Amino acid sequence: MKKALVTLQSLAGKRLVIGVPYVWLLLFFAIPFLIVFKISFSWMQPIQPGYAPLLAWVEETQRFVATLNFSNYQALLQDSLYLSTFLYSVKVAAISTVFCLLVGYPMAYAIARCAPSTRNLLLMLIILPFWTSFLLRVYAWIGLLKTNGVINNTLLALGVIDEPLTLLYTDFAVYIGIVYSYLPFMILPLYSNLEKHDLTLLEAASDLGASPMKAFFKVTLPLSMPGVVAGCLLVFIPAVGEFVIPSLLGRTDQLMIGTVLSAQFFGARNWPVASAVAIVLLLMLLLPILLFQRYQRRELEAAKR
Amino acid sequence: MNNRGWFRNGMLALGLAFLYIPILSMMFFSFNNSRLVTVWDAENSPTLRWYVRLLENDQLLGAAWISVQVAAMTATGAVILGTLAGLVLARFGPFRGRAFLSAMTTAPLVMPEVITGIAMLLLFVSLEQLIGWPEGRGMLTIIIAHITFAMAYVTVVIQSRLAGFDDALEEAALDLGAKPATVFFRITLPLIVPALVSGWLLAFTLSWDDVVISQFVSGPGSSTLPMEIFSRVRRGVSPDINALATIMVLIVAVGVVLSTLYMKREEKRRLREEQMARSGS
Repeated sequence: MKKALVTLQSLAGKRLVIGVPYVWLLLFFAIPFLIVFKISFSWMQPIQPGYAPLLAWVEETQRFVATLNFSNYQALLQDSLYLSTFLYSVKVAAISTVFCLLVGYPMAYAIARCAPSTRNLLLMLIILPFWTSFLLRVYAWIGLLKTNGVINNTLLALGVIDEPLTLLYTDFAVYIGIVYSYLPFMILPLYSNLEKHDLTLLEAASDLGASPMKAFFKVTLPLSMPGVVAGCLLVFIPAVGEFVIPSLLGRTDQLMIGTVLSAQFFGARNWPVASAVAIVLLLMLLLPILLFQRYQRRELEAAKR
Repeated sequence: MNNRGWFRNGMLALGLAFLYIPILSMMFFSFNNSRLVTVWDAENSPTLRWYVRLLENDQLLGAAWISVQVAAMTATGAVILGTLAGLVLARFGPFRGRAFLSAMTTAPLVMPEVITGIAMLLLFVSLEQLIGWPEGRGMLTIIIAHITFAMAYVTVVIQSRLAGFDDALEEAALDLGAKPATVFFRITLPLIVPALVSGWLLAFTLSWDDVVISQFVSGPGSSTLPMEIFSRVRRGVSPDINALATIMVLIVAVGVVLSTLYMKREEKRRLREEQMARSGS
């Protein structure tokens, strides 16, 4: 009897422990997406709360009338501005992700092959900038890239160029900004993968006559694919919706989708259109997000001994 | 060292230079007297005038104070909720809705901030319409939004720490008749203290650093420091922002060094205790 009581108690306790984070995330993470979805079918309204209700009580017929407005989505499809913005965002995010991989992979590889005592120090050096303000790290590049900035001044002083290069407010500046800000997110999953590799496999490859280059492409690279995929997703997904970096470093004639969304929201105050943009962006990223979740689940299961 | 070793270390050195040169350059020019920031005024530099001006800027200092409060409360809330979620996911075995909980704790890690921001704001607006709470937007709404995305990071930290531990100790205590709550507070919690500390610091930094979500869910009079900085740097470089950046980098560097030393000491202590336990004293 007592045992049954204890079991019952611990069952209630268990429910509570599960319930608290569950309810929080449900209320503040899952439900908000439903609200965004709902409002994306609404009309803009000049009075509070800024959008028209979908369900209205009509006195004459004594019925609730639901009205859905598809024009926000139609606008997204018809206005070529939106299409080009979406494509441009994906392009910028993809190119930046590739650069990030090209810079991050050798670094992660080098750290993983270091003596274990220096690994932690190097990892700390990689993470340290991440702890300083993201905004200020992007800002630092304005000082480097602008017309009378550090890079131009240095190149002019060295006589490499005769007149300053246009570096700021270009695609190139956005790539640099994204690579710079997201580099640790690329390096860490790559490192945690590369660190676990069995080095005797490389010895075996070399004994069988493979050149180091061939061994790398036949053994190390395929084995590190989970790390590559995770790192790329961790950079690509947030980069598509990036808002701060393009608004500080990017072009003014071609916006990214995050910038357009905020402009619709804060500038035009058209919440329904902004919601529709958010939903389309979310749908676009759904597949990569699910992929990332699968990787994350596997990683945590592999951590169990 | 062979050729490949040189190549590897060279790439690493270049990468680290890429990471640190912008920060160092920003710090260097904070001592420049010239308003042009990146054109060194050799006659009157170095100077501390931008630091003096910064300390006289009540708007930035006020925003910094708001940010500290928001970040501290966010970190505390995120550690509590994230620890619960991490514990549930790592230790509770299968239950209905587990996959959904796991999805809700990993999605915020990659979700573009503009989407989270708009979703949060629309939730707060709808809630206010529906039940009159939260009244308007301000620090409370920023804290709720920050806790929600920061707890995802804490959950991952706690979950992977717990996954690395054998649950034999917990099992043994349960078999000896300890209540689940007792087991948690006497065994599990002490084991994950380092993860709690790093989770708290991580959540604090994420909140302290966030500009996009804050911008959506803040109200009048509750501008955080990143929001103030953002509105300034959109107008270009300004020397007092360089001074502010220098101060922030130094604080972070000191903080990271201190917490690393703390972690090292904890790890040593744990190893020593394990050894003592093994030797049967």
